[in-house]
Amino acid sequence: MVSPLRNQKVRNALLQVLYVGSIAAMVLAGVVIARRNLADQGITSGFDFLFKSTGWDVNFSLLPATANDPYWWYFLIGIINTLFLGSVGLILATIVGTIVGLARTSSNDLARLLGRTYVDIFRNIPLILQVFFWYAIITHLPTPRSAHEAWGFLLTSRGLYIPFPNVGSAAFAAATVAVIAAILLPAWLGRTSRLAQPIGQRRTIQFAAAAAALVCAAIILAIGRLPDTPLLDFPALQGLNLRGGLRIPPEFATLAIAIAIYGGSYIAEIVRGGFKAVGTGQVEAALSLGLSPWRVFTLVRLPLALRAMLPILANQYVWLMKATTMGIAVGFTDFFMIVALTINHSGQTLEAIGILMAGFLAINLSLAAVFNRINKAIALKSNQLRS
Amino acid sequence: MEMVVVAPPAPGRLEDLRRRFFATPLQAVVSLACLTIMVFLLWKLLNWAVFSAVFTISGGPEACQAAAGACWSVIAARWRIIFFGLYPYEEQWRSALACVAVVVMTVLSCIPAFWTGRRIALIWGAGTGLFYMLMKGGVLGLAHVGEEAWGGLALTLFIFVTTCLIGFPLAICLALLRRSELPWISRTTGLIIDGVRSLPLISILFTFAVVLPFALPQWLQGDKLYRVILGSALFFSAYQAEIVRGGMQGVATGQEEAAMALGMRYWQRISRILLPQAMRNAMPATINQFVISFKETSLVVIVGFFEILASGNAAYGTGEWRFAYVEVYAFIAFIYFIFVFSLSRYGAFLERRMSVSER
Repeated sequence: MVSPLRNQKVRNALLQVLYVGSIAAMVLAGVVIARRNLADQGITSGFDFLFKSTGWDVNFSLLPATANDPYWWYFLIGIINTLFLGSVGLILATIVGTIVGLARTSSNDLARLLGRTYVDIFRNIPLILQVFFWYAIITHLPTPRSAHEAWGFLLTSRGLYIPFPNVGSAAFAAATVAVIAAILLPAWLGRTSRLAQPIGQRRTIQFAAAAAALVCAAIILAIGRLPDTPLLDFPALQGLNLRGGLRIPPEFATLAIAIAIYGGSYIAEIVRGGFKAVGTGQVEAALSLGLSPWRVFTLVRLPLALRAMLPILANQYVWLMKATTMGIAVGFTDFFMIVALTINHSGQTLEAIGILMAGFLAINLSLAAVFNRINKAIALKSNQLRS
Repeated sequence: MEMVVVAPPAPGRLEDLRRRFFATPLQAVVSLACLTIMVFLLWKLLNWAVFSAVFTISGGPEACQAAAGACWSVIAARWRIIFFGLYPYEEQWRSALACVAVVVMTVLSCIPAFWTGRRIALIWGAGTGLFYMLMKGGVLGLAHVGEEAWGGLALTLFIFVTTCLIGFPLAICLALLRRSELPWISRTTGLIIDGVRSLPLISILFTFAVVLPFALPQWLQGDKLYRVILGSALFFSAYQAEIVRGGMQGVATGQEEAAMALGMRYWQRISRILLPQAMRNAMPATINQFVISFKETSLVVIVGFFEILASGNAAYGTGEWRFAYVEVYAFIAFIYFIFVFSLSRYGAFLERRMSVSER
C-alpha cells in the first residue's frame, strides 16, 4: 500500500493548508484574545462607536469640527487633512526637486556643485529630525507683538500669517478649482488625439481655454467678495493678538517645509535620472534639425525625461503621502493622529487599526491607479528613450 | 608627404575659466548667481558656526547668549546625555565600547573578503552578541543595566542592528515563499508583503508598541523594546524581500536547471546556486535599503524611546540651555550624516565597481 504522503500533489496541498492555516490561526487567536481583553475593560467591540461624539478637539481642520462631532466625521477630517498636507507637500517638493534636479543636470559646474551639496545634505538626515528642527525654529519665532514682518507676511510663534483675499470660503474653493483648471486644460487639450488642428492653431485654443478659466476664477472672486472690505486682508496686530489674513498653523507649516525640503532632495535625483535616461542621439538629432536649445529642451528632452521619471516619481509620491504621519511628532491632526487619539480615548483598538489600514490602502491604491492611468496615457509606443 | 599635426596651444588659466563659466551670457549669469549664493551661504554658515561661536564651557550659558554665533558649549556640556542617554554615569565607557563594536562590525561586513553567508552571519552574530553583553552586563563582573536605562546613540544602533539581524533572514524567507510554485503560499505571502509595504512605518511601530499587547497572551508579550524591534524588522523585511526577489529574477533559469540536472536538492540549489547570485544582483539596492532603515530607526522616538533624537531633545529641553536647540539638532544631524553618508557613498562605489566587472 502506498502512503498518501508519498504523493506530490497531496503533500503540496497539505503544505499549503498548513501555511495558510497557521497564519489564519495566529491572526484569529490575536483577535479573540484582544476581544476578551477589551471586554474585560468594559469595551464592547463593533463599529457603533463611530456614531458617538468624540469629546476632544482637532487643532487643524478644513471642515467645521467641534467636540460634539461623531468619530466618523473626525476620521473624514483626518483623511482630508492628510491628503491636503500631502498634496501641498508634494507640490512644494516637486518644485524644489525640479529646480535642484535641473541644476544637477546643467552644464554649469557651479550649479551642479550647488545642487549636489543640497541633495547630499538633506537626503542624509532623517525626516523626523528635520521635522523637529523646523518645529523648534518656528515655535521659537517671536510672539505676535514683535513679529518678523515682510511684505504683509507676519512670522510668529503662533503661526505664519499671510495676506488673503476677502472672499467667502465657498467662493475661494471654486476659484481654486478654476485656477487648477487653467493649468490643466491646456495640457489636456495639447494631446494630439483631442484636437485635430496643426500645432499653431492648437496653441491659440490652449491659450483661450486657460484665459477663459482664469476669467472664471476672477468672476467667482468678484462675486464672492465680502462687501465693504478691501481686496486683500492684511494681518495686523489688534490688542494682544493678530487679526486678519490667513493663519498657517506652526504644525502645518513645519510639516510642509520639512516634506518639501526632504522630498525635494529625492525628487531632484529622480529628475536627474530622468534626464540622464534621454538618449544623446535624440538631443543631437533635434539640434541638427536646427531647433534652438530652449525648444530642444521643451520639445525633446523634457517630454522624454518625464516619461522615464513617472513610475519612480509615483513611488516617491506614495512614500511622501505616508510621511505625513510624522505629524504626530508635532501634534498635527492627520489621519494617523486621529486613529491614535481614538484608541486612547475610546479604546476601540482593533476597529481603529482596521480603519487606519483601510484608509492607507485606499490612499495608496488610488494614487497608484491615477499614476498608472497617466503613465499609460503618455507612454511611448516603442522604446524611444534609448539613443 | 608627411603631415605634421600641431596641437593647439593649451588654454591659459583665465581662458579656461572663461570657457567653463562664461562661455555665453546665460552661462555667465548662472555662474555669477550660483557663486553669490554659495559665498553668501558659506559666509553665513562659517560666521555662525566658527567665527562668532562659543566653544568653551567656562562661560556657561550666559556667555553663549551674549555671543552672536553658535553655542557649541551646549555640546561640550551635554554630549554624554546625547550619546549615552540615561545609562549609569560610571558605566558609560561600556556604552561607548558597544558603539565601537557595531561600527567595526559594519566596516568588516563591507569588505568583500567576508562576503560569504557563513562569515557575514558570524561577524554579525559576534558583533551583536558583544554589543548586547557590554550594554546589558551581568557577566564577567560587569554590573547589570536593564534595557530601560539604555539610550542615545547606543540605543539607535541597537535598534538598527537587531532590525537588520532579524529582518534579513526573514526577508529571504519571504522572498522564497513568494516565489513558491504553490499558489496559495505565494499569494498569502504576497498579501502580507504588500500589506506591510502600504502602511507607514509609524503606524506599524505604534501597533507593535501599543496595540499588540492586547492581542498577545501574557507570556508572549515581552519587552516593549523588542516588540518595536520586531515591528521594524517586519517592515524592513517586507521591502528587502522585494529586493531579494528582484535579484532572484535576475538569475538565469539555466542555472537552476543545471543544478537540478546535477541532482542537487532544493536547499542545496537555493543556498549554493540561487541565493549567492541573487544577493550579488541585489547588492546596491540592499545597501540602499540599509541606509533608509538606518534613517528610519529615528522614528522610534514617537513611540517613546530615549534614542539619540529624544536624548537630544532632553539635552536642550531642560533649564539653562533652552535657547541652544539649533546647535543640538545640528550636532545630531551631523552624527546621522556621517553614518548615512559614508554608507551611501560605499553603496555608490559598489555599484560602480559592479557595473565595471559586468562588462
